[in-house]
Amino acid sequence: MKRLDAGRSHPVTFRLNGRERTGHAEPRLLLSDFLRHDMGLTGTHVGCEHGVCGACTVLIDGHACRACLTLAVQVDGRDVETVENLAEDGVLNDLQQAFRRHHALQCGFCTAGILMSCTDFLARNPRPREADVRDMLTGHLCRCTGYTGIVRAIVEVAEQRSGSTTEENEHV
Amino acid sequence: MATAETGIGKAAKRKEDRRFLTGEGRYTDDIDLPGQVYACFLRSPHAHARINRIDTGPAREAPGVVAVYTGDDLAADGVGGIPCGWQITDVDGQPMKEPAHPALAQGKVRYVGDQVAVVIAESYHQAKDAAERIDVDYDILDAVVSPAEALEEGRPQVHDEAPGNQCYVWELGDGDAVDDAFNRAAHVTRLDLVNQRLAPNAIEPRAAVASYSRGEDQYTLYTTSQNPHVTRLLMSAFVLNLPEHKVRVVAPDVGGGFGSKIFHYAEEAVLTWASRKVGRPIKWTAERVESFMSDAHGRDHVTHAELAMDDSGKFLGMRVNTKANLGAYLSTFAPSVPTILYGTLLAGQYTTPAIHCRVTGVFTNTAPVDAYRGAGRPEATYVVERLVSAAAREMGMDQAEIRRRNFIPRDAFPYQTPVALTYDVGDYDATLTEAMRMADVDGFEARRKEAQARGKYRGIGYSTYIEACGLAPSNIAGALGARAGLFEAGEVRLHPTGKVTVFTGSHSHGQGHETTFAQIVASRLGVPYEDVDVVHGDTDRIAFGMGTYGSRSLAVGGSAIMKALDKVIDKGRKIAAHMLEAAEQDIEYDDGTYRVAGTDKEISMGEIAFSAYVPHNYPLEQLEPGLDENAFYDPTNFTYPAGSHICEVEVDPDTGKVEVVNFTAVDDFGNVINPMIVEGQVHGGLAQGIGQALLEQCIYDPDSGQLVTGTYMDYIMPRADDLPSFRVGTQNTPCTHNPLGVKGCGEAGTIGSPPAVIDAIIDALSPLGVRHLDMPATPVRVWQAIQDAQGSRAA
Repeated sequence: MKRLDAGRSHPVTFRLNGRERTGHAEPRLLLSDFLRHDMGLTGTHVGCEHGVCGACTVLIDGHACRACLTLAVQVDGRDVETVENLAEDGVLNDLQQAFRRHHALQCGFCTAGILMSCTDFLARNPRPREADVRDMLTGHLCRCTGYTGIVRAIVEVAEQRSGSTTEENEHV
Repeated sequence: MATAETGIGKAAKRKEDRRFLTGEGRYTDDIDLPGQVYACFLRSPHAHARINRIDTGPAREAPGVVAVYTGDDLAADGVGGIPCGWQITDVDGQPMKEPAHPALAQGKVRYVGDQVAVVIAESYHQAKDAAERIDVDYDILDAVVSPAEALEEGRPQVHDEAPGNQCYVWELGDGDAVDDAFNRAAHVTRLDLVNQRLAPNAIEPRAAVASYSRGEDQYTLYTTSQNPHVTRLLMSAFVLNLPEHKVRVVAPDVGGGFGSKIFHYAEEAVLTWASRKVGRPIKWTAERVESFMSDAHGRDHVTHAELAMDDSGKFLGMRVNTKANLGAYLSTFAPSVPTILYGTLLAGQYTTPAIHCRVTGVFTNTAPVDAYRGAGRPEATYVVERLVSAAAREMGMDQAEIRRRNFIPRDAFPYQTPVALTYDVGDYDATLTEAMRMADVDGFEARRKEAQARGKYRGIGYSTYIEACGLAPSNIAGALGARAGLFEAGEVRLHPTGKVTVFTGSHSHGQGHETTFAQIVASRLGVPYEDVDVVHGDTDRIAFGMGTYGSRSLAVGGSAIMKALDKVIDKGRKIAAHMLEAAEQDIEYDDGTYRVAGTDKEISMGEIAFSAYVPHNYPLEQLEPGLDENAFYDPTNFTYPAGSHICEVEVDPDTGKVEVVNFTAVDDFGNVINPMIVEGQVHGGLAQGIGQALLEQCIYDPDSGQLVTGTYMDYIMPRADDLPSFRVGTQNTPCTHNPLGVKGCGEAGTIGSPPAVIDAIIDALSPLGVRHLDMPATPVRVWQAIQDAQGSRAA
């Protein structure tokens, strides 16, 4: 097993939103803090730093993970995707558009984590039932919305992706 | 421009969503300043202790440490205590007891989390490591956490200045008239109620970044605030003794507030003061456990309440005695919440002619308690509606019928209640009728039977609530003890190209003001919605503001913008008269166009704006150039949103688990600008109200005073599988005294829903003999109530 000296910074080289990046991190530095304050991607938020609220969720090698329960040094050689990667060339993706249509966010603080969980969830569950969507969402705390708009948005995106409906893209 | 999608009354998609959906929001912890250092606050591990000595030596020598400060350092610099913004007068005519609230502890700590020292270091980890090296010599004292116990003789004293831990005793209403009503009563319903302590829990923790510029002699504080101007005023005038114009407070994107970010907190003042001492910007972000310990909590009442009725179920009088926990220190608005915002709401929607309320404000060794979404009004609604529902059960009356028999009738407005308020308008029967239709009350008995066949107990509960919002007429608030005005400021600036920037003293932390206010301005000025931007949250950009709480932003802040718009349109009329060579009184204005009455001569708002900044053909001798108007609006009354909430639950008698299967809310918010945003506010409010009813409770250990619910693993908030999809509707009577006819919608869900949920559970379990439940109705508590009821039946 690889051992890292606790008192020193170590290089971390990884793919971040499709581009190779290198930073330096002490072993105790959380991935959430590393992304926010070293990589400058503040879209990933920290709500509880003990893995319960889900606001910091990012994709690591395609899997939804809590960035606050991951050490920065653990993503060396991995592929990390954050909320900043969802819109393409300034165009909101279908999930982001559905969140806007269904008023699935208010203060916006928990939103990035939920979007990243949904991205993973919909990739693995193309035809979820509402109960499945609510079950997935139990990994997140949203204090503003009461979740109804979020559920509607996700169900609609699932239907669109599995069906034939296509919506005009919105420009950022 | 009142387009199909963005006009007043339309569900315009939110302007703010794009930045939040793409990770481009800018919250306080997203802000890093060059040369920034980091603060970590050392907090008391004890609920009550004397501080003999603080040895900061080893911490000062720790790696990366820039400075360590204690209360002595603040005192040596003349830094004052954290002020309280509301003074309640005791029944004996004396002001409430107002003990000092030092920004860093002086001599004593009074709750777990009380801040003792601050360490400033090159990195947060270094600051945190060094804080562990501060050696504090404490004499641990006995603690008291419950308001009822704190008032008993021989209990620990939180402050020497407040004997018996009593901050004030406050009364409202005519006690003799109430005694008379109870003497005449055919039936009296009595309840002992607990409104448990809650943690607001915005998902964004509190944070601050403070800096000082020696060159400009200017302080800047970025902070997670719902009202940056108020924070600036309190901090500069009362704590740090700084010239207000040399302090800029910015509350950028704020990740939820729910009341907890109204208040001026010690960390803000300490960081601002220290930024000058160390000559570098300082950043602090609370960890979640710090938020639980140090954010102001909400509710925490113990109440005995009585309702007197005649034999037809007509209410004759109400008597309420409440002990309200204020925590260890008085937070910014704490004294007003269980008094002015509580006792005045005890009439509810009813004609109860005599009401008397007595409230004792109590100090305990717990975090300060202050406004949390609803603030006093949920506590009042819970008392009134639990009494009414219990009375109906005891009298064998239908829940709707007892309410209808006592509603203030539609033609009785304006209506003076016996507890100081004058309701302007409402139609309570209409909201109840619509809620019962939407909830399919007629089909309930069939659903109850169907549930019974599955082994579940199904029940239905009602809450017909009222709130006083749109805080507040400044003169009335002042007479009631407010130490600030409660008006709002707004400014509308047309640029030469016809684009518009709106400046508001309201603060949006999820409510979507950038959208709603833009809809109003675009419609009134006849310019495209996309051409209107709304700016908030920066004391350097906005003239003044009282911020966002008490469902006041649209009713008060929106009204200030309307006043500014009137000024813009009036000035534009003068410009138009000159340009169209007509008399001013002949100019008609409609939807962005000035027209000479009876002709086709017209000019658009865009042309007027251009002319105001390029005043070549312009009445310069009578009129200043430019088109930028500001206004202050002070409301003449509160607004009175009201509504009917109906909850259906199913209870599993074997586990005590409660499922909310249907929830219907029909609210009267007055005119609605954006129905999508209003619905979202109601949903969020309902989630927090149902959270209080079923899940949430802030618990301090009664012996040690330790905070037991200090993480998201211990304090349970609603998740997506705890809530149904809500059925919500509106049944509106426009407010009569503000220019938009609006009432406010932010708190309704939290105010109305808890008694509906609890009474639905009691209704479900009444066949088993259950008559009473306290919140939160957790499975163990419900199961125990069933066992107790069955046991007492067997006995």
